[in-house]
Amino acid sequence: MAEQSAHDTAAATPMPKGIKDPSVFQLALRNKSVFWGSILLALIVVIAAIGPFLTLDPVALNPMNRLKAPGEAGLFGTDQLGRDVFSRVVNGARVSLIVGLAVAAVAVAIGLFLGLIAGYIRVMDALIMRVMDGLMSIPAILLAIAMISLSGATLATVVIAIVIPEIPRVVRLVRSVVLTVREEPYVEAAISVGTPVPLIMSRHVLPNTIAPLIVQATYICGSAMLTEAILGFLGAGIPPEIPSWGNIMSEGRTFFQLTPWIIFFPGICLAVTVLAVNIVGDGLRDTLDPRIARNMR
Amino acid sequence: MLTYVLKRVLMTIPVMVVVALFVFLLLRLAPGDPAAVIAGDYATAEDVQRIREQLGLSQPIIVQFFNWSLQLMQGDLGTSIFSNKPVTELIAQRIEPTMLLALTTILFSILVAVPLGTIAAFRAGSWVDRSVMLFSVGGFSVPVFVLGYILIYVFSLNLRILPVQGYRSPFEDGLGPFLAHITLPTVTLSVIFIALIARMTRASVIEVLEEDYIRTARAKGQSEFKVLMRHALRNAAVPIVTVVGIGIALLIGGVVVTESVYNIPGLGRLVLDAVLARDYPIIQGLILFFSFLYILLNLLIDLTYTFLDPRIRY
Amino acid sequence: MTQLRFGRQLMAAAIAIPLAFGAMAKEAVAETVLNVIPHADLKNLDPIWTTAYISRNHGYMIYDTLFAMDENFKPQPQMVDTWTTSDDGLTWTFVLRDGLMFHDGAPVTGEDVVASLTRWGARDGMGQQLFKNIASLEASDAKTVVMTLANPYGLVLESIGKISSNVPFIMPKRVAETDPFEQITDYTGSGPFVFQADEWVPGNTVVYTKFDGYVPRDEPPSAAAGGKVVKVDKVIWQYFPDNTTAMNALMAGEIDFFEQPAPDLAPIMAANPDITVEVNDPLGNIGFARFNHLLPPFDDADVRRAALMAMKQEDYLAAAIGDPQFWKTCYSVYPCGTPLANDAGSDVMATGDIDAAKAALAATGYDGTEVVIMQPTDIPVLSAFSLVTAEKLRNAGFAVKLEAMDWATLTSRRALRDPVGEGGWNMFHTWWIGADVIDPMAIAFSGNPDAGWFGWAEDSALEDARAAFATAGTAEEKLELATTAQDRLWSIGASGQLGQFFVPVAYRNNVEGLIKSPVQFFWNISVE
Repeated sequence: MAEQSAHDTAAATPMPKGIKDPSVFQLALRNKSVFWGSILLALIVVIAAIGPFLTLDPVALNPMNRLKAPGEAGLFGTDQLGRDVFSRVVNGARVSLIVGLAVAAVAVAIGLFLGLIAGYIRVMDALIMRVMDGLMSIPAILLAIAMISLSGATLATVVIAIVIPEIPRVVRLVRSVVLTVREEPYVEAAISVGTPVPLIMSRHVLPNTIAPLIVQATYICGSAMLTEAILGFLGAGIPPEIPSWGNIMSEGRTFFQLTPWIIFFPGICLAVTVLAVNIVGDGLRDTLDPRIARNMR
Repeated sequence: MLTYVLKRVLMTIPVMVVVALFVFLLLRLAPGDPAAVIAGDYATAEDVQRIREQLGLSQPIIVQFFNWSLQLMQGDLGTSIFSNKPVTELIAQRIEPTMLLALTTILFSILVAVPLGTIAAFRAGSWVDRSVMLFSVGGFSVPVFVLGYILIYVFSLNLRILPVQGYRSPFEDGLGPFLAHITLPTVTLSVIFIALIARMTRASVIEVLEEDYIRTARAKGQSEFKVLMRHALRNAAVPIVTVVGIGIALLIGGVVVTESVYNIPGLGRLVLDAVLARDYPIIQGLILFFSFLYILLNLLIDLTYTFLDPRIRY
Repeated sequence: MTQLRFGRQLMAAAIAIPLAFGAMAKEAVAETVLNVIPHADLKNLDPIWTTAYISRNHGYMIYDTLFAMDENFKPQPQMVDTWTTSDDGLTWTFVLRDGLMFHDGAPVTGEDVVASLTRWGARDGMGQQLFKNIASLEASDAKTVVMTLANPYGLVLESIGKISSNVPFIMPKRVAETDPFEQITDYTGSGPFVFQADEWVPGNTVVYTKFDGYVPRDEPPSAAAGGKVVKVDKVIWQYFPDNTTAMNALMAGEIDFFEQPAPDLAPIMAANPDITVEVNDPLGNIGFARFNHLLPPFDDADVRRAALMAMKQEDYLAAAIGDPQFWKTCYSVYPCGTPLANDAGSDVMATGDIDAAKAALAATGYDGTEVVIMQPTDIPVLSAFSLVTAEKLRNAGFAVKLEAMDWATLTSRRALRDPVGEGGWNMFHTWWIGADVIDPMAIAFSGNPDAGWFGWAEDSALEDARAAFATAGTAEEKLELATTAQDRLWSIGASGQLGQFFVPVAYRNNVEGLIKSPVQFFWNISVE
């Protein structure tokens, strides 16, 4: 969670123009870690998209057939309610990815909006940033637990609860980019000739935020999936009726020493997915942020 | 300098107000009524209402908030609905394990991560670098509780060299028992922290190594070790300190989980139990306490910059 | 500057507490300590104010009772020495036994008893019933209490000797005069253990020491009755939020006694030669699926009965409990193995036939109204019950919506009589400990929607049977009325009975002298 903010300083350096040049993204793919990370991610996405149609019902109970070992019943065995762990893990991929992507998308969208306002409109800056400081000072997990157990566990509340603590970090990033870009000669020139604010935003400010935001979004995505799992462990995650890697592990934790596979399989899947997302994020950062990329040579 | 400190301290007040208001509204607008939990199966609606009145929960929200704020001004965080103990006393009972766990974690993480990150930076692109980076990405990818269970299984149940759970105070039980009990939780909690600091250290050392004065130092024929220690690390210190500061919030989140897994009677567990029981005063008091702590630590860290980087002046 | 002042206070406290502990540690001599993992965190110390079972168990540690239930579910005198009943059954005279003393050294008097019973009577369900029939309750001298009834009442001893929440514990008069809706703050009792207030860390540790002034009865212990002989110097309750960690602590020898391990952990612990896993509570717990009788579709008895037909006990118990040695099906509403258990009317559930349920539901003209089931995800057994019900009802043709929440939210929401859209609900699951539903007086069996349990069943024939039971004299009469009540409960489909399950205890082999009882007691237990 804090990881992205660690990049604030590095990523906040505005990109010279040319970010819109499509070759940058092609360039990114040429980066080895982005390439392999993307392949891995694509594979997981395909499994998440198609898998659920090919597996058994992940919520069908079969209490008489509970806690069976892998191979004995199903590829990954069964859990304490006799549900097929393989089907649940495959279906869980979808939920975990949705959580990761939704959190990243919403956090970036809201953060971008508030960050632009804070960076550009002086009056709003103090107000927005104090609220953001406040949100940031509340430990994310505590806030999420409180929000979920208080407002009911649904997929939507889990996403919202994970998003809220992420927003301040995006706002800070965007704001710092805006503040730096404002000082650039070409932007000052644009302001002085009376270019309307929306135009300045879309032409000069936004493009400069894209690269750091994409990098940040990947970290948010990865940490959101982990946070979901931890919330599940603490009993405040996605409702048990919807299998996610987090709640599969949390429901199976009592049986850790008896039937370790219930935790093992979703754990491995989660680790590999977060790993893939982070590898892509690192690669993108190296390619999209020229200052660090230079050091990578 | 003094004005700066004063300004920073004053700036924390609106932040605390935001936190207080947010937490208060979050609790009061959500379903889940402590009075119903207390009343149990035999209670009639009138009984529940009576309990609610006694707890002061039937007053208008504005009045409740006002009363609470008034209490806060006097340093009173309220009284737990269930245990009838002052929240400050509950915090005091449990602050030691949490703070010491946080401290050992930060120390251990820095001791491991800074050398790792520095070596990785120095040998950027080599297999050493790649393994450190892979480990650090991996550190972000394993849920804390899974790691905790695995460590207990290996070290406590199979090898039987460390206790499974619990906490011993270094002040009462001695340093030995304390270290034995704190080792596994520290390692568990450190993994994600090590990953974070190692990455940051690597990035900033790489950046510093490109600077002109390093080239000069190298050109002057100073040994690589000396260059590294005297120039690179020193200048990389600011971002590392920053990341430690940011990590505090992360740490507090991790503490909740680690305390559950290792049964450590700390603050994280206290707040989790309070949420499940709807013990409003504890939840409010603790979230406020944590955010106060976070703000305070970040203030300290900001001030540390002045010592580490003479270029920062106020 | 508020933060600063608060910070200083905290610092002072943080320094003072370790010092206090340090002083205590030095005094420690070779004493026998029983280290226990209780079934829950002791959040509250007033067993009259809350019905929480853990507070009840705390009550048994530090308080004593007038009467107590023995292992045959009969009330036996505990603090009472002798008692007499007048010929018309209206005047009861209780004489306290010698040597009863509170922890502060004061003798237990009739005044203390009167005040304690009065406070209990304001909160407890059975207490309220009893007090409705009481004309006066007075201490006639230091050791004698006289209870005068307005009309004959058959459950006087059963009420003041009830084993489970709320238990009429005897407190000093000054404590018992606390408003029943406010918590007590003085924890002086006359029970076999003394509560160490300054060592209590809510959420973690409770410490009890042996009360040297306690005079046990001469009879051998039998459930809550008999002599409470304490054989250790200290009992420490240490709450573990994580079941796996708790088990590991027991296996590593850091703990002596684990009150309620998840039954699935039993085989791992049983494989350890130093550990015994056994069922200590003969009655176990009774799973309940409760319908809301006020809202459609479950405002129709035929729809409720159709749902019951789909609910097969074996599936619930296997899913939630697992190992068959820890559960058995039971279609009596009173726990199987107790005097009133019978099988009247229970066919509706005993079949567990989905096809019959489908047909029965179709015959009711069910219009597809969605059934909202509240699922408490922080309580694994109830979470599993909810999932099984959802699947069974869907298979039978119901539209079902599971709403995940925590138990605290559920307890607030279940009290709402509003429609589903406004916070209302159709079903929730819970369990009663067997001792709580041993006869038709249990609130779970109420047929009066104004005074009854959440779900608000209404049936006048049921209420008549319960009222008659309360005044019934002979055992035969009682059984007959209990059977009638059960028949009504099943025919209106009041609740689903999900079977009887037994949560084992696990302890290291140095622990001896456990008492078979629905409530865990810590007297008579010794450690080597």
